[in-house]
Amino acid sequence: MSGLWEMVTDPFMQRALVAALLVGVSAPVVGTYLVQKRLALLGDGIGHVALTGVALGWLVGAAMGLVPDDVLAVPGAVLAAVAGSVLIEVVRRRGRTSGDLALAILFYGGIAGGVLLIGLAGGSSGSLMAYLFGSISSVTLSDVWVTVALCGLILLVGLGLRAALFSVSHDEEFAMSSGLPVWALNMAVAVLAALTVTVAMRVVGLLLVSALMIVPVAIGQLVTRSFRRTMLVASVVGVVVCVTGLSITYWHNVSPGALIVVLAIAVYVVVAALHPLLARRSAPVDPHPDIPDDVAVAPAGAGRGAPQEECTP
Amino acid sequence: MTTLATDPPSGATTPRDAAVPAIEARDVHVRLGASPVLRGVDLTVRRGEVVALLGANGSGKSTLVRTLVGVLPATAGSVRLFGHPLGNDVPWGRVGYVPQRVSAAAGVPSTAAEVVASGLLHGRRLRLPRGWRARVREALDLVGLADRARYATHQLSGGQQQRVLIARALVRKPELLVLDEPVAGVDRPSQEAFAATMTRLVAEGMTVLVVLHELGELAPLVQRCVVLRHGRVVHDGAPPTPQPGHGGDAHEHVHPHAHPRTVQHPENVRLAEGPFERPDDTDEEVAR
Repeated sequence: MSGLWEMVTDPFMQRALVAALLVGVSAPVVGTYLVQKRLALLGDGIGHVALTGVALGWLVGAAMGLVPDDVLAVPGAVLAAVAGSVLIEVVRRRGRTSGDLALAILFYGGIAGGVLLIGLAGGSSGSLMAYLFGSISSVTLSDVWVTVALCGLILLVGLGLRAALFSVSHDEEFAMSSGLPVWALNMAVAVLAALTVTVAMRVVGLLLVSALMIVPVAIGQLVTRSFRRTMLVASVVGVVVCVTGLSITYWHNVSPGALIVVLAIAVYVVVAALHPLLARRSAPVDPHPDIPDDVAVAPAGAGRGAPQEECTP
Repeated sequence: MTTLATDPPSGATTPRDAAVPAIEARDVHVRLGASPVLRGVDLTVRRGEVVALLGANGSGKSTLVRTLVGVLPATAGSVRLFGHPLGNDVPWGRVGYVPQRVSAAAGVPSTAAEVVASGLLHGRRLRLPRGWRARVREALDLVGLADRARYATHQLSGGQQQRVLIARALVRKPELLVLDEPVAGVDRPSQEAFAATMTRLVAEGMTVLVVLHELGELAPLVQRCVVLRHGRVVHDGAPPTPQPGHGGDAHEHVHPHAHPRTVQHPENVRLAEGPFERPDDTDEEVAR
């Protein structure tokens, strides 16, 4: 117990815990919209592009002689992530089929650009490791404030506009026929995803960011049947795995980002395995589809003695 | 069951004149990819009218209604809703659209109530209005699904899912209802519930444009039929007389698709002047 108190009073851990808590709440909120839009991999695409932003920030910082030379890495990541997400959204709007391909090209371009630029900046690809896999123990006080501000913005928009973002994510065609600003709302989701990627970068790293957005949602949708509750459960799971994972690394020397993601997936596996046992009183459903007959059969009145056709009485 | 309407229409300035048509489309052309799906369609739906849009698969019916409600851009021509050209000026709160049902559940489960609530957002209204729960319940009650509000949509039957989509269009209390094949592949109880709902709405003055394969249960309500063929209007006038016995209250419509070549298909009745062209589905697929 005293060990727990020690951890909570450790200023390094305090900052890390605050960051983990905020990211754990907000990443699944954005992830719920992405899953609803069937864009679960968008976060990955943005994460890869953000790596180029990190390297670009580094390059500019080094060129300007700033100390430390990665001071512009996070602003660079924010800019690149937002630009990348807007680009993906534009491509998706142009032609639906090529969205998948555009995402793939962004994956490769993002990583290649990042490694190339970091070399030009005088670093090695090893310098990118902290960004690829997270470095939550090195969170500074100003990092915490940036995280607070960005997570506040994500939650404000993500929860405040939930009905509108749900409408656009659920049925874009109906949203258009309602005269909603569909383009702006889609952009809002894309930019939220970009901001989430950059705040979660510190906690789990760019390569694992998307897991924190998607896996809690996968757990949530197993146990609920409403959008609102899925989002709620996902956020709770997000917080629990982030804080638990981080706490474990206080005593055991493992990568916090990887541990958090492994924990989330473990929760998913357990819930998925237990789900059939816990399944709530699901009413027996007639498995036959409700489609009118294609062929003419004797009208219902004629065959009084005929056996009952339908499953329901 | 409760009644609808009576609320003053939400949305932009209301042009007082009831003479302005609810829908006014002039020479609408729509091109999807390389294929011209609509080739100069004129369509006017006046207030309080019930118009059925008929035509074979691939004739452009769905494309036309999707263009009318602003989902697809028209390549040429103009569309006005309540006198306003499509865009931000249209009083979107007065228009309700029921798309063709898309089967398969979305990525995240959502309850019937959540889906219906999204119908309360329109134009620049991005947040749910006060008292939205009561209005959602009222709309679900109107389609006979009040007891299914908390069910996930994927737990509902096809017909019930379709009724959820109708409730989503009705929840904003529209004056114009545009429906795309509302009874296609729908079980009989849902078809009957739908016809009953429509009868009541029309009696209360609802303007309706409905895409249908055959008039079926709605025959007594439909005042005018517009028939599309290969992207053009080939008939605009009175609905064809239904076969004796069909369409009456006593008639039990057991097998809607049993006799595809009977009078129920108006294009087979009055429009025999042109050669009967190949029934292709290709346009329809492009439209999606």
